[in-house]
Amino acid sequence: MSATLTVDAPVPAEPRRMDLTRKRRWRSIFSRGMDILVFLFTFAAIIPLASVLYMVISRGAGNFRWSMLWELPPSAGEDGGGFGNALVGTLILVTIGAVASVPIGVLTAIFLTEYSLGSKSARIIRFTAKILSGVPSILAGVFIFGVMVVATQKFSVLAGGLALSILMLPIIILATEEALLRVPRFLREASLALGANRTQTVLRITLPAAGPTIITGVMLAVARAAGETAPIIFTALFTNYWISSLTEPTASMAVLIYNFSSVPYDNMVNMAWSASLVLIVIVLVTNIISHLVANRSM
Amino acid sequence: MWVANKRARLSRRFDTLFSWATFLAGWGTVALLAWIALEVGYASLPAFKQFGFGFLIGTDWDPVDDHYGALPLIYGTLVSAALALVLSMPLGVAIAIFLTEDYLPPKVRGFFKFLVELLAAIPSVIYGLWGIYVVIPITTPLGNWLNAHFGWIPLFSTPSSGPGFFPASFVLAIMILPTVAALSGAALKATPLALKEGAAALGATRWDVILQISLPIAASGIFGAAVLALGRAMGETMALAMLIGNNNQINPSLFASANTIASLLANSFGEATGLQVAALMYLSFILMALTLGINAIAEVILERTGGNIRHI
Repeated sequence: MSATLTVDAPVPAEPRRMDLTRKRRWRSIFSRGMDILVFLFTFAAIIPLASVLYMVISRGAGNFRWSMLWELPPSAGEDGGGFGNALVGTLILVTIGAVASVPIGVLTAIFLTEYSLGSKSARIIRFTAKILSGVPSILAGVFIFGVMVVATQKFSVLAGGLALSILMLPIIILATEEALLRVPRFLREASLALGANRTQTVLRITLPAAGPTIITGVMLAVARAAGETAPIIFTALFTNYWISSLTEPTASMAVLIYNFSSVPYDNMVNMAWSASLVLIVIVLVTNIISHLVANRSM
Repeated sequence: MWVANKRARLSRRFDTLFSWATFLAGWGTVALLAWIALEVGYASLPAFKQFGFGFLIGTDWDPVDDHYGALPLIYGTLVSAALALVLSMPLGVAIAIFLTEDYLPPKVRGFFKFLVELLAAIPSVIYGLWGIYVVIPITTPLGNWLNAHFGWIPLFSTPSSGPGFFPASFVLAIMILPTVAALSGAALKATPLALKEGAAALGATRWDVILQISLPIAASGIFGAAVLALGRAMGETMALAMLIGNNNQINPSLFASANTIASLLANSFGEATGLQVAALMYLSFILMALTLGINAIAEVILERTGGNIRHI
């Protein structure tokens, strides 16, 4: 076989070349123009983000006093005060939400990946989880209002926390499932080959291996729940006092911001901004820590 | 020997128990969704008996006379969500193109992705607060100017009432932007590299590739993203409750105040009693049917196109 290649493709006629270069130039200009347009659109999307952050930092930090973190909300027209009870309320609400949703969510994910991988029931359950994650958050509040608040005739922290757990559940299921699927198959096989049964394999091998990624998912769910307002606005309600039991209403950061957002008192509006700053810091710090945990596990 | 046997039996029993627990949790999740649907449906029965399907086309919402119709709220929900989607799609797809079509070195791309995720992480009540103090002061003179000069167009037929469709949908558009951008980006990324390289080798410019290869291939994924974002927008509550004006009326003007199902629920449930609760439950049921239907459609589209819903 000869080492040289000969090409006998027909040579295009000469006159068409001019046309092609002109067309080609126009296409380049069009392409460049679209590049600029896409860049401008992306930049335009950053402006609102910058504006939100600027407002929260300038107005929130400008009026911030450390005593806000432990004082009670002011009543209308009153000076001073803080959002200590709302901060505590949000922490308790999120804790209840996590306690209720993490065990069920993790067990569901284990069922999906370890006991019924690829089966029809796994598909149904995964589809349900995805649908559940798209349910408007206010409907979680409506549901809890119907089954708990109406039945007990009481707004309560517990009701609010359970409403949040409904929102956290699908996030935890889907994140844990992804984490478990990433654990290499040979780890499970090695464990089973050594005589461990399925439960031992799950609890001692698979779960620990997936641990950091699962924690990331849980923290993302917590961050989301901490900022949610709609599900707790008529389950946990609001109060100007410290919480004293789980069957009582509680203040929360999100509902405080909502309630104080459009009142005619400067002190309360400023407090809404300061509360926003604290809430954003909580949400972002949770997010960032979860990413750090995820990166370390890689 | 006996001890070992006992331990084996115990651990076998625990094994069975544990697998049952996972089974129960899994199907419990399905049962939860069913329970939510049944509970909301059951609680709305009194209102359904009273108003029937006429509820859907009734135009007044009057807690004083205990007479309820849902049309203005359904209208407000659909229009505000659609308007938000129209505002957010071009930006979202542009961001997706900018982040997937090789414009940026990976590190810079990572930074932009972080910014988009940040946009998704901000709680909606803070968007609402921002809307009240930043967006409405801008859109109010804009609406008044448009009304003064183009008032004959129905879209601008009222002066701005402050809160209303436009400021609410504008903020809503920003809130669904991360969903649109992330899912469209996932769809664009799924375009086979060989096709793009082949086209580039034939002399296609970057935008020849994007318009004739990437976008057509990603089209159904981007459509899925739009449907999912529409579902999110219809269910979004707080930003709308703070920005749309809570006025249960139908008005074609973009700057008129209106109301949505979710924001009426947020504002009324706390002090509702009797038939009003049932009417609110009926509204919740409508909202649930709308969003579940739309989400199921989006899910099927995205499943088929291989896109993955990211839950941020």
